[in-house]
Amino acid sequence: MSLILFIEQVLNGLQLGVMLFLMAAGLTLVFGVMGLINLAHGSLFMIGAFAAAAVAGSTGSFLLALMAALAAAAAAGALIEVLIIRRLYQRDHLDQVLATFALILIFSEGTRWVFGSFPLYLNIPTYLSGPVTLPGGIQYPLYRLTLIIIGLVIALGLHLLITRTRLGIQIRAGENDREMIAALGVDISKLYTIVFAIGAALAGLAGALIGAIQSVQVGMGEPVLILAFVVIVIGGIGSVKGALIGSILVGLTDTLGGLLLPALFRQFLDVSSAASIGSALASMLIYILMAAVLVVRPTGLFGAKA
Amino acid sequence: MVLRTMAFAATLIAATGGAYADEHDVVKVGMITTLSGGGAGLGIDVRDGFMLAIAQSGNTNIEVVIEDDQRKPDIAVQLADEMIQSEKVDILTGIIWSNLAMAVVPGAVAQGKFYISPNAGPSALAGRGCHPNYFNVAWQNDNLHEAAGAYANTAGYTNSFILAPNYPAGQDALTGYKRLYEGELAGELFTELGQTDYASEIAQIRASGADSVFFFLPGGMGISFLKQYADSGVDIPVVGPAFSFDQGILQAVGAAALGVANTSQWSKDIDNPTNAAFVASFQAEYGRLPSLYASQGFDAANLILSALERADVNDADAFRTALEAAEFDSTRGRFSFGPNHHPIQDFYVREVVQEGDIFTNRIVGTALENHGDVYAADCSF
Repeated sequence: MSLILFIEQVLNGLQLGVMLFLMAAGLTLVFGVMGLINLAHGSLFMIGAFAAAAVAGSTGSFLLALMAALAAAAAAGALIEVLIIRRLYQRDHLDQVLATFALILIFSEGTRWVFGSFPLYLNIPTYLSGPVTLPGGIQYPLYRLTLIIIGLVIALGLHLLITRTRLGIQIRAGENDREMIAALGVDISKLYTIVFAIGAALAGLAGALIGAIQSVQVGMGEPVLILAFVVIVIGGIGSVKGALIGSILVGLTDTLGGLLLPALFRQFLDVSSAASIGSALASMLIYILMAAVLVVRPTGLFGAKA
Repeated sequence: MVLRTMAFAATLIAATGGAYADEHDVVKVGMITTLSGGGAGLGIDVRDGFMLAIAQSGNTNIEVVIEDDQRKPDIAVQLADEMIQSEKVDILTGIIWSNLAMAVVPGAVAQGKFYISPNAGPSALAGRGCHPNYFNVAWQNDNLHEAAGAYANTAGYTNSFILAPNYPAGQDALTGYKRLYEGELAGELFTELGQTDYASEIAQIRASGADSVFFFLPGGMGISFLKQYADSGVDIPVVGPAFSFDQGILQAVGAAALGVANTSQWSKDIDNPTNAAFVASFQAEYGRLPSLYASQGFDAANLILSALERADVNDADAFRTALEAAEFDSTRGRFSFGPNHHPIQDFYVREVVQEGDIFTNRIVGTALENHGDVYAADCSF
């Protein structure tokens, strides 16, 4: 295996990782601050992609499409927070799971009702399409490189938001002691709506960015949601830093595992069996990673002590 | 209370009355297909094609019960039980996915029902596991991939990189391609079912030195792969079965698919009157071009209708003989059943073209003529 292939796969792993981070950040914030398990987070990812596809289709502008994705997902997030999610904070996790699962069904069928069952068209803008040559002669798609940069910039922005702003202080205080910050005069329900909308907007942005290189279709959010849950369990529930490290770990494990395991089995098996055994094992790898992390640190890498 | 009891009694009477009136004349067809979630486009096309043929036949003695399996094997099995036991259907049809077909078909035919597959054709049901009451009107799973292998030979490819998802139809796909393809393999990969990111696979294709890529990635998986492949700067020619180039998804792939060769048993430009009428009436009825799935649904319904004209469904032997005769005008032109009740038909090579704003396919050659499947030899009723 050549070094170039390996480096390209590391970049792919990184790209998958930062996009997972956009999903996982919202999920972990909502869980950390409100204690809510939100299964409908994948639907917000889908709403972002559909909003982007609709706006890109009618205006032809990718930037407008991204803004529409942010706005639509944030609006949908704020709306379900006010109408439904707000009633679930005091309930146990099973009720939350049931209610947010119902939201998945409502969003999926609602989207099908509006946009139909066939996948929509959303493509990379021409100024970001095609490959670029990196130092060392590596050909890498410019769009994926852009995704890595956007993801890292958002991670930095989120870090600054949480450590350096008033809203960040309230979020951290909310994670630690909800009653106390309410007693100090912070409008807790407004805070919750804002946090939920930020998480939703990030998911919607991820949906639009990913939708351009994948297919925009009903149900596109759920596979990503499962990975995002793996990420926040590995990173430690409630920790944004953990979500970032966890996403990149999962991204790299998934991509490099898919490359290295079949190559390993090819040493002593024929090509076909190596391909099928290697890829079967590779798809389990992130769950093995999750199990291993939980054995060593039951609350995740950066989770609060139980 | 009295009122409610009376209403209940009235409903009961109405229900039994209806059942009595219909019991003997009406043939019930149960359609279990995927109408929600990912992959719903395929089931909707099969349903629409099927119902179009039923409507055009003017046959009012046929009732179609349609249920959504959500692409889940357990739900498909539940629906089949319900249709057989409480709905008392005579014929089952509709399943799209091979893993669902494997869960439903053996049980249904063992209970004496007929199953007409408008799509899934797993190898297990074509060979040793074949059954006299199971008919596949579409293809055996390997067929389109065999055609792709044959096309690769004529195109002069000698070093293919091949990939498919790791599930029964994906394994059938790579087996099928390798059966007729005569060149070397630059690489062989199984991806995850439902995978959406193919950066890793594309990097391996780039590094492999292949002269062609064969892939089987139906539905959304194919859209993702093609878009990412086009953007990666890898310009090795691609071949695939029609599943990643059907009418339902081509618009979502866009220009990335232009010029790609794909193999199919059906295309909207197959030149026969049945097909021309089908394409025109489908477009008039539903406002979109039909896909190969729609043509399969349409043919499945016409096969059933043709057999019903010749035999009573309650006389299983006569009905089976009538199905075997396949005396219907297929949208594909020449069509007959092999000894294992799977089609013998021609397979075409199509190319993705743009007609106005619409991306569609055009036949550019024939890959295989009068082609059946290799599993027929293992089947004995």
